[in-house]
Formats: sequence, C-alpha cells, structure tokens
Amino acid sequence: MIAFWIILTGSLVAISCGLLGSFLILRKMSMIGDAISHAVLPGIVIAFLLSGNREPLSMLLGAGFFGLLSTFIIEYLHQKAKLQTDAAIGVTFTLLFAVGIILISVFTGKVDIDQDCVLYGEIAYVPIDLWILDDGTIMGPRPIYILSTVLVLIVLFITIGYKHLKIGTFDPAFATAIGIPTVLWHYLLMGAVSITTVASFESVGSILVVAFLIGPPATAYLLTDDLKKMLIITCILGVLISFFGYWLAYWLNASIAGCMTVLLGVFFTIVFIFAPNTGILAKKLKSNKNAISI
Amino acid sequence: MKEDIVDPVLEIHDLTVSYSRKPVLWDIDFSLPKGCIAGIIGPNGAGKSTLIKTIMGVIPSSSGYIKIFDQTLNAVRSRVSYVPQRESVDWDFPASVLDVVLMGRYGKLGLFKNTNKQDKRIALECLEKVGLQDYTKRQISQLSGGQQQRVFLARALAQEADLYLMDEPFAGVDAATEKAIIEILREMANKNKTIIVVHHDLQSVVNYFDWVILINMRLVASGPTQKVFNNKLIQEAYGGKLTLLTEIGNILEERQIPPREK
Ligand SMILES: Nc1ncnc2c1ncn2[C@@H]1O[C@H](COP(=O)(O)OP(=O)(O)OP(=O)(O)O)[C@@H](O)[C@H]1O
Ligand SMILES: [Mg+2]
Repeated sequence: MIAFWIILTGSLVAISCGLLGSFLILRKMSMIGDAISHAVLPGIVIAFLLSGNREPLSMLLGAGFFGLLSTFIIEYLHQKAKLQTDAAIGVTFTLLFAVGIILISVFTGKVDIDQDCVLYGEIAYVPIDLWILDDGTIMGPRPIYILSTVLVLIVLFITIGYKHLKIGTFDPAFATAIGIPTVLWHYLLMGAVSITTVASFESVGSILVVAFLIGPPATAYLLTDDLKKMLIITCILGVLISFFGYWLAYWLNASIAGCMTVLLGVFFTIVFIFAPNTGILAKKLKSNKNAISI
Repeated sequence: MKEDIVDPVLEIHDLTVSYSRKPVLWDIDFSLPKGCIAGIIGPNGAGKSTLIKTIMGVIPSSSGYIKIFDQTLNAVRSRVSYVPQRESVDWDFPASVLDVVLMGRYGKLGLFKNTNKQDKRIALECLEKVGLQDYTKRQISQLSGGQQQRVFLARALAQEADLYLMDEPFAGVDAATEKAIIEILREMANKNKTIIVVHHDLQSVVNYFDWVILINMRLVASGPTQKVFNNKLIQEAYGGKLTLLTEIGNILEERQIPPREK
C-alpha cells in the first residue's frame, strides 16, 4: 500500500507539473517554476502567522498569492525596466525568498516552521500524512486529495484553454490581433503554476517539482513535433518515472525524490541520444549517409 | 502630402505611438480607399511594424484614433487579418503546417468550439493557393524561410477577412514565389479586399502597389503611387542616403514615371 500511495502521489504531481511545464518550456520560461517555488515562502510564513496553524488551505492561498505577485513583478521588470526574462526571474525570486527567510528568523519561536518543511517536503512521508475524520475514519493520505483536486483543475484548464494557450505561445502578436486575451491567459497560466508548485512541494519537495516541470516536457519535446502528443507523452513519462523511481529507491534504499530525478535525467539522456529524428545518433547517421551518397 | 478620400477602409487620425514614453511614431494621419494594394515604405526603424501592430491593437497608441470600416477595431476584428514578420515567432514550435494555418480560424471560434471539417477545408484551400498543398503535415521547422512566409500568408487567407495587414511578406521569398503571392493579392484586391504591405524593395513598388504610404517616424506622404512615389518624397523619407536615392531616380526614369507630382 505504501508503494501505491507514493507512486500515485508522484504521478499526480508529474502530470500536473508536466502539462504546465510543456507550455512553460515552449514559452522559454522553464525556470519560472523554480522561481515561484522559492518566491512563495513569504506567503506561507504570513499565512501561518495570520492563521496560527499549518492548515493547508490558508498556506495554499498565501503561497498562491505570492506566486502570482512574483509573476507580476517579473512581467513588470521585463516590460517596463527592459530586463531580460531570466534576469527578472532571478532578481524577483531571490528577493522574495530572502524576505521569507527574514520573516522566519524574526518570528522564530512564534513560528513552528522552517525552510525544510516548506521547501523539502518528503514524498516518503505521504502515506503517513493521513486524513482522519472526526469519528476516526481514515480517509487515506491527505496529499492525495489535494493533489487530485489540483490535477483535475489543471486538466480542465488545459483542455478548455488549449487553443488559446497554443496560439498565445506560438504567436502572441497574432493571437492578440485576432482578439484573444493573451495577457489574461499568461496570468492564468502563471496562477496555475503557482498553485500547482505550492500544492506539490508541500508533499514532494521543491526539487522534484522543478524536475517534473521541466524534465518530462523537455524529453517529450524531442520525441514529437505535435503539441497534443507532446502533452500525452509528458504524462506517460511522468507516471513511468514515478513507478520506476520508487522501485529504484526501494531497491537501493535511497531517497525517492532523488531516484525519480535521476531517472528523469536517464530518460532524457537516452532520448537525447536515440530519438528517431532529433537524437544525436540519428543526426550522425543521417550526416554519414549523406557523406556516403556524395 | 496626403490624399483625402471618401468612405475609407482605414482612417488614421493624428496617431502617436510610444515605447516606454519615447515616441516612435507621430503625426500619422491618412486614409485608405477600398480595394487597393498599399505599400508602407520607409527605412529600417521607421516604425512600419509599429504602425501595423498599433492598427491591430497589439501595441496601444498614446493619442489619436484609428477607424476600420468606420468602426473601432474590436467591432470589426474578424474582418481584419494580420501577417506578422516571420522572425517574430519560434519555428521550432511543435506544430504542423496545417496546425498553423488552422490558427487563422481561431478568431471565428469561441473559447469552447474547436475547428471543424469546414475550417479544415478552408485551410487546405488556402494552402493550395500558396502552393504548399504537399506540405500540410510537415513540421514547421522543416520548411525553408520562403515556405514559412507562405504558411503565414495561408493563415491570413484562412481568416477570410476584408482588410489584410502584412509585415514584409516578401522577405526571403524567391522571385517566382513573390510573383505568385502578388498575383494572389491582386486577385483579392479585385474582389474589393484591401491589402496593406510593408515593403522594402523600392524597385518593385511601382509594379506592385496602387497606393503608397511613405513613413519615417512621421508620415511623409500617402497617396496613389504615381502621385507620391517620387524622388523628392522618397528622399524625404529616407533622409538623404544619396547613393541609394540616385539609384531610385534612375529606376524611376527608366520606367518613365513622372518624377514629380502633377
Ligand atoms: N519593443 C520595443 N521597445 C522599444 N522600442 C522599440 C520596440 N520595438 C521597436 N522599437 C523602436 O521603434 C522604432 C520603430 O521600430 P519598428 O520595428 O516599427 O521599425 P520598422 O520600420 O518595422 O523597421 P524594419 O524595417 O527594420 O522592420 C525603432 O526605432 C525601434 O528601435
Ligand atoms: Mg519591421
């Protein structure tokens, strides 16, 4: 049962993150997930200070708010101050993260919270984080409910917004010209990334979240040249990695998040070398063939 | 100088456009008659792309107004089509030629509707018009620059609009394709559609365009080609790049176009 819960958690996170991450890497903003996962720290601390407990909903709201705030600041720095996107991302998330650290150190003692529990949620603890009703009924791991809700929301968001997200990513000027609210879609996407990263790294840790945001989409991107297929392959890869990553960790008696991340790297490398069209082996073969035919 | 016309397709009044409060276009004031092919001509950085983007609402204007078919853009958006500069998008995007052309239909669909058979049929027809019928399934990064330009053109055609704004549709296109495209544009103009084209090759202006808009951050001239495409006004637009201008003068003479307005 432990294996099942952990693999399910990994898969839920992998699919939500992968779907959003696909659009992020196509928009050349893959590091935004990393940025958001750090920038939300002040939100979590403030939510904790206001509510006085570690109840997930208020934490999610606080974090979601700061996630969105950070994307506004990044957009502002990029548009108005003419900063490169990557520089704007770097400035914003280090600043907000620092604010979070200061808040924590100022309120130490009052706050039963530290970076560890925020940034390095541990997927291995998911099966023991149970949701127990007042009458004592055990409903199963709490993160599963949160992450399933997030996944449903993300899938709805992507299916409804698919056309607009696709055209807004490929050709924003044209999309605006034909009347699609590209700016709104941008912030909706960023909001979705904020909520997903926050909900996910509370249970699986930030490293795994960032890995799932970028790894499977980048691998799928090499395997296909159709956006829909890219999304589907991303989801399948996410589930495979969760499954094999867990058993690898079990077998090696190592960190689960670590094994999943390593597997991601392995998958990517294999695809990078052997992919039928884009892989370096295929390219090499092609150029050799050309050389022979000449 | 500026030509006044009745019942214009496009009417721009006292337009100013700025990037972060630095004006890049001002004093833009002209109208365009129905059914013409108009060239927007001016040196690099003259604000040609900016003008087109402002008309399409991609960039906000700081003052002045734009009327299309005597209405605001929002009221007539589905009747206006736009071809961005080819370099403005990432061609490694995972999409096929047909996918991109189908995007031309998105403006007519709402949020929830998907492209249907009819849309697909129109998209395929448009691809045939630009001679890409054999490339429909091809990934867009595996096209030559000229073919990519034609994909953009097909996407614009698929919008089935009445006014077309095209940013350098001839950039990187070979002579045969350029001729084919201008034929398509002519045919459209004959059906009373209006086409505005940003163009760089001064030699072909006289052959391609009925109407010329000369700009260099401000409007230099707008009117029928024979009237405004003359040495003096071109010189004004290009700001005394003499060698180039003598060359143009020679071309104009060769073609026996009256060098001065009547
Ligand atoms: N995003 C931007 N931010 C700030 N300034 C800009 C921006 N885009 C263009 N400009 C400036 O506005 C002016 C007009 O640019 P625009 O792209 O409209 O010129 P263009 O006539 O299309 O040139 P080209 O022939 O090279 O395509 C230029 O001076 C340019 O530097
Ligand atoms: Mg331009």
